[in-house]
Amino acid sequence: MNILIAAVGGQGAVLASKVLGKLAQNIGKDVKVSEVHGMSQRGGSVVAHVKFGDKIYSPVVERGSADIVLAFELLEGARYVDYLKENGILISNTQKINPMPVIIGAVDYPEDIKQKMAEKNINTKFVDALDLAKESGNIKTVNTVLIGLLAKNSPIAKEEWVKAIKETVPERFLDVNLKAFEMGYNLN
Amino acid sequence: MSKKELLLGNFAVARGAYEAGATVATAYPGTPSTEITEYIAQYDKINSEWSTNEKVALEVAIGASIAGSRSIVSMKHVGLNVAADPFMTVTYTGVNSGLVIAVADDPSMHSSQNEQDTRYFGMAGKCPVLEPSNSQECKDYTKMAFEISEKFDTPVILRLTTRISHSQSIVSLEDRITDEEIISRPYDKNPDKYISAPANARKRRVIIEERLGKLQEFTNNPENNLINVEYNDKAIGIITSGASYQYAKEVCPNASFFKLGMVYPLPKEAITEFVNNCDKVYVIEELEPIFEKEIKSWGLYVIGKEIFPTIGELSPEIIRTCLKEAGELESKSLVTYEVQEDLPVRPPVLCPGCHHRGPFYILKKLKLNVSGDIGCYTLGGVPPLSAIDTTICMGASIGMAHGFEMAKGKEFAKKSVAVIGDSTFWHSGVTGLIDIVYNKGNSTVIVLDNSITAMTGHQENPSTGKTLKGDMAPQIDFVALGKAIGIKRVVEVDAYDLEKLEEVIKTEVNAEEPSLIITKRPCILIKGVKFEYKDLQVNSEKCNGCKLCLRIGCPAISFNNETKKAEINKSLCVGCGLCVDVCKRSAIELKEKKD
Repeated sequence: MNILIAAVGGQGAVLASKVLGKLAQNIGKDVKVSEVHGMSQRGGSVVAHVKFGDKIYSPVVERGSADIVLAFELLEGARYVDYLKENGILISNTQKINPMPVIIGAVDYPEDIKQKMAEKNINTKFVDALDLAKESGNIKTVNTVLIGLLAKNSPIAKEEWVKAIKETVPERFLDVNLKAFEMGYNLN
Repeated sequence: MSKKELLLGNFAVARGAYEAGATVATAYPGTPSTEITEYIAQYDKINSEWSTNEKVALEVAIGASIAGSRSIVSMKHVGLNVAADPFMTVTYTGVNSGLVIAVADDPSMHSSQNEQDTRYFGMAGKCPVLEPSNSQECKDYTKMAFEISEKFDTPVILRLTTRISHSQSIVSLEDRITDEEIISRPYDKNPDKYISAPANARKRRVIIEERLGKLQEFTNNPENNLINVEYNDKAIGIITSGASYQYAKEVCPNASFFKLGMVYPLPKEAITEFVNNCDKVYVIEELEPIFEKEIKSWGLYVIGKEIFPTIGELSPEIIRTCLKEAGELESKSLVTYEVQEDLPVRPPVLCPGCHHRGPFYILKKLKLNVSGDIGCYTLGGVPPLSAIDTTICMGASIGMAHGFEMAKGKEFAKKSVAVIGDSTFWHSGVTGLIDIVYNKGNSTVIVLDNSITAMTGHQENPSTGKTLKGDMAPQIDFVALGKAIGIKRVVEVDAYDLEKLEEVIKTEVNAEEPSLIITKRPCILIKGVKFEYKDLQVNSEKCNGCKLCLRIGCPAISFNNETKKAEINKSLCVGCGLCVDVCKRSAIELKEKKD
């Protein structure tokens, strides 16, 4: 299973990758997780690679080989669709965060992303994760809402996902994250 | 004990140092190496510190080694440039207890100003280099590095790369060797060895060559677990190491492999045997053709950089493409869905509420020549702030500003400033400042003091009042230091007081003597740092769409093309109020104050 998480720095991609790593380890798989720290944390485009299976060599997902691209922001999803394998699924937040070239008016935020994805015949699941995160009680649970939707689209049992979240998320944020997970899980 | 954990490569290095019985660890933070020392700090049995720079960090570790402790020093690749001076001589003196130098290279420059291959330093210093290919090896090789260091009386470089340091894979944990087993050696009072004066150094120079030969014999022996030879289909043999091994293994599962654990010096006999046993041999190495050139110098035929790139990190995709172009693989690109070409890029930016924004806004407004430095404020070089003109290396801003004056004279100095962060100033800015005073320069130096080493993820430094372990520490005072070295014009100013800031900078650049300006405000990401105002909003009646507020480059402000007015994104805004001061029409209002 190859998963690419695409996000904007600060959205919680690292925590999401930790949940996935824990999940894979718990179900007895070999697993590698790779992310780049540093400059990219400052509101830049960030990706985390998660791979698990019987034996994993490369820690990075090759373009065209991801089962799932999990996008925390609409434009970031579009930026990494080339990582999807044929018939892979793009699970994307519909939230838009303007990058600096858009803010200063050098370029426009593309308005036709969903349409373009449809034209490419990509299997997509869109969700307004920010809206659900607000509803769950903490705006920062966008990542967990999306993990919920990912869980629903995976062959791995729900209890395993809940267990991995419990083992990863700090105690004081656990309830709100479990609620956010349920909201994402119950979407389809 | 055999517990398995999913660990970051850097954490595994830290764990290796712990299990090996290290008792001293030093570092200066630098992506991608920082987490090694952050993780080590959690072990009570290891005495650890953030040193002021990598040179000092290595010197402390050398001292600790001679005094009898297993010691590890960690840095990024450019850090070894700073530490090169002690490094090139500790290879002469050798060690007492084991000394490991963990150096993390950053191929593709994810967070660096250049791309270097630390294996060259190993060659230059005639120092053995180990390179792990996953987290388990990060731990195992760290432990082996200590053993090799003591066995051969040499420092050992543990070379990492971004993908190894920042990837997690499963690691079996073991116990730390017990205190009785730790070779806590007595202080080694041995001046003939440790005083590298000419007469002694000439003798040590001979020993280095002998040591290199012994290391070659050692790595040649498969029992020492530094080479991993795996014969499959002998039509293709691959010689590789580190992350490249993992990529190549994924792309060519059926090929024969020669994986190097010690990447300098090379096991000549073992490699020769492998090359002779395979029909065709490819050398796959990230960055420089170091294995390739050496193997070719032995008269063996291998293929390397003829088909693989020298620039940037490798990946399964790059290796696949290169081998396909060489006619070796049938497989085509895996990509099914192409990306739209015209998507806007998303570069990193200064955070909303970042205190560097005010000074940069003023520097741009005053059209000054600005020599910049390494840190978050390097982001002040990108639009719309576009405030800095140069960045070379840690601490360079100050010497370069003096260079501006040396070249163009006093009047040019009145149009120039150096900007540097607090941690970078302590690292290597202070010597440049002394140079200016001593040589009667007139430069203006601005220290952007945000009370933390921010870019690498918030590490303590000499002016934050805390140590690596979180204990209280003396706070070294910029003002007192400036005065002590003879600067009469030392000014502290609030980074958010734009009016005052502009006045101070204008005055100080015009002064015909050196000036030190300290803009003080803690990093907005430090826990507990908050602003007085809660909610900012644009009054759409007052806003005339002039876009002046967009010039501060705040991610929370954007322009609505339909209404032709500025807007504030409330989920990003932290209420710093800088935009309120910038707007000439008072169109940005404070909606409500915090309690």
